[in-house]
Amino acid sequence: MSYAAGVDVGSTQTKAIIIDEDRRIVGRALIDTGANVTIAAEHAYEVALRDGDIHEEKEAVGFIVGTGYGRYKVTFGDTQTTEISCHGRGAVHMFPATRTVLDMGGQDTKAIKVNPNGEILDFSMNDKCAAGTGRFLGAASTALEIPLDELGPTSLRSERPVKISTTCTVFAESEILSWLGKGKKVEDILFGVHQSVAGRAIGLLRRVGIEQDVAFTGGVARNIGMVKALEELLGFPIYVSEESHFMGALGAALFAMDHVKSRQAPSKLMGVTA
Amino acid sequence: MSSEQIKRVPATPDGGAETIVGRGNRDGNQLFREWYKELTTAPERGEKAAYVFVMGSLAELLRSFDLHTVFPEINGLQTAVRHASESYIADAEDYGYASDVCGYVKADVGLQMRGGDHPMGRIPPPAIAVYTNACNTYIKWAEIWERMYHVPIFTLDVPGSRMEGKRTWKGDADFDNDRRYVEGQVKELIGVLEGVTGKKFDIDKLRDHMGYANRMSVGFKRVVEVNKAVPALYNGVTDGTVYLGVANGFRGREEGAKYFEDLVEELEYKAANGIGTLHEEKYRLVFVGVPCYPIFRRFGEMFSKWGGEFVGSSYLWFASGGMNTGFEYDLDNPLESLAEGVLVTVRNAMDSMFYSDKMLVDMVEPYGIDGVVYHSIKSCRTVSTGLADNRLAVMKDADVGTLLLESDHMDSRVVSEAQLKNRVDAFFEGLATRKLIAERAS
Repeated sequence: MSYAAGVDVGSTQTKAIIIDEDRRIVGRALIDTGANVTIAAEHAYEVALRDGDIHEEKEAVGFIVGTGYGRYKVTFGDTQTTEISCHGRGAVHMFPATRTVLDMGGQDTKAIKVNPNGEILDFSMNDKCAAGTGRFLGAASTALEIPLDELGPTSLRSERPVKISTTCTVFAESEILSWLGKGKKVEDILFGVHQSVAGRAIGLLRRVGIEQDVAFTGGVARNIGMVKALEELLGFPIYVSEESHFMGALGAALFAMDHVKSRQAPSKLMGVTA
Repeated sequence: MSSEQIKRVPATPDGGAETIVGRGNRDGNQLFREWYKELTTAPERGEKAAYVFVMGSLAELLRSFDLHTVFPEINGLQTAVRHASESYIADAEDYGYASDVCGYVKADVGLQMRGGDHPMGRIPPPAIAVYTNACNTYIKWAEIWERMYHVPIFTLDVPGSRMEGKRTWKGDADFDNDRRYVEGQVKELIGVLEGVTGKKFDIDKLRDHMGYANRMSVGFKRVVEVNKAVPALYNGVTDGTVYLGVANGFRGREEGAKYFEDLVEELEYKAANGIGTLHEEKYRLVFVGVPCYPIFRRFGEMFSKWGGEFVGSSYLWFASGGMNTGFEYDLDNPLESLAEGVLVTVRNAMDSMFYSDKMLVDMVEPYGIDGVVYHSIKSCRTVSTGLADNRLAVMKDADVGTLLLESDHMDSRVVSEAQLKNRVDAFFEGLATRKLIAERAS
């Protein structure tokens, strides 16, 4: 049995996925990136190997693709691909009808238009501003002293969400505190935060054109409040996978498996380092 | 003179390529150094300078009064390329200029506060500022010099296109009205220049400078056109910036005319011999906007390492003041023709910023374009507003990949290399996909 691996080194967390020849996930890992990106990548890969119980047969992993901002620090990898290509590939693998992908991570939000093969047709990203990204939710988490994984469930209790007008992540905290000072409920403030982030994300989606079906990937996709806010604004349901957090690593692993299977020269395949 | 009439001489005495290939960049850099040396020493000789801009410099007329031309935009980008812009900008911000004011303006204010001390030499103060309305910032910028130096400033109001694709031309009533409107202003400017310089207007001298500008214009147009060659003969951003420097600094001068004739000769030689730029060309690109000067070399490398080559650039259109039109003055009617030239070329420069989508689509087939790269810059709304819509319009009408980048032309504080590189890499992955899809289809 041959395996392939994808390692997604993000700004806050590093993810690794191992897949087998049938492109089934056999191992996964999720760790905080921390200050040493190379060590984070190595660690995540080792954890994924152990998770798949294949750490004794490392040589069976025929190809490794690094992705994410730290992709060039995956020094044990064979090549690198941007997370934009990887999220597109991973999303279409999970949900074949996907034509538009929204990937929301810690610092970046990406709208990606894909074809039925999961190949990029167009993309758009936030720039110079973390509004509309997971970092905005992080600011809310800090201001309200609510753990990140409780933000979504708490926001769902909202009945009269407030309007968050700032688009600046730094100033979000002070606006949240001002709403608290006015006696607004925490859940109403929180859903307002989710709506604000969702609104920015949909602006990015419009730049590439919103074509159904839409898949939501990245770490923030685990937040059910964000899923609800997006679906309300879009007016239709979106795909969310249990593996959404790993979609970039999965896409990287799928590109890696292409190499394993095709035995083609790397330059013939997607995801090749220039 | 048409491009076919450009004199051709062997590249070297033995006709070889040893010296001709790369001559444009060598000579361009040399001319550039000489230009700054002239500016540095001008006050010692009692010579005066006019501050002008790239979109409508009126260099031909100013030179007929023996005025040097100073281009604050070029001074600014030179500080950025030399990694010095931050300190000039900081001086201006310390003085009170806001962070979102044009980086060129702030670099210039910093420069003036330092008495003209510039990495390339010493910039003389203005005796006058002459500018068009092609950029709204030009007008407020000139008012700064007016307050600093108490010198006259002159706004030349050039009518633009009323809407995309609706230009008027000689013989149309609207065009003739516009031309007369510009001509009236040119005549008024002549009177102001006589007062500033103490010299009488000499129409024959103007005719000489217009003749040099004609030769340069023919050459510049040919330079733009000749890069349809495969492989591309030059990079429209990196090499193109050298060409633009000469086109502006030496407009209306014999050296500038000869430079472009030599450049055409070099490029045609390269085309005939299949000599491209130094790296492998996989994707032919067009650049839209102003380059990212704080990381000028590395910005180019982000594309060249993937085999991306900028075969053209909207910068070559608007920053040449519309010289890409190849407009030639009628030397028998200098004033009337100068007004017509200003109208045609400045209008073209404005259209190159505001209505470039059709121009870009029209480039796709003849230049074999694979992708269009838009560079939106934080501190210049004039060239950046509308780029997102422009991108969508081009994608609707042409089968090309596109990329929208956001950074700045001067301010390194808003240039994030990691973010830029991520987008550029994904862009090329997308271009590779497009090629794969095309191969499958065939």
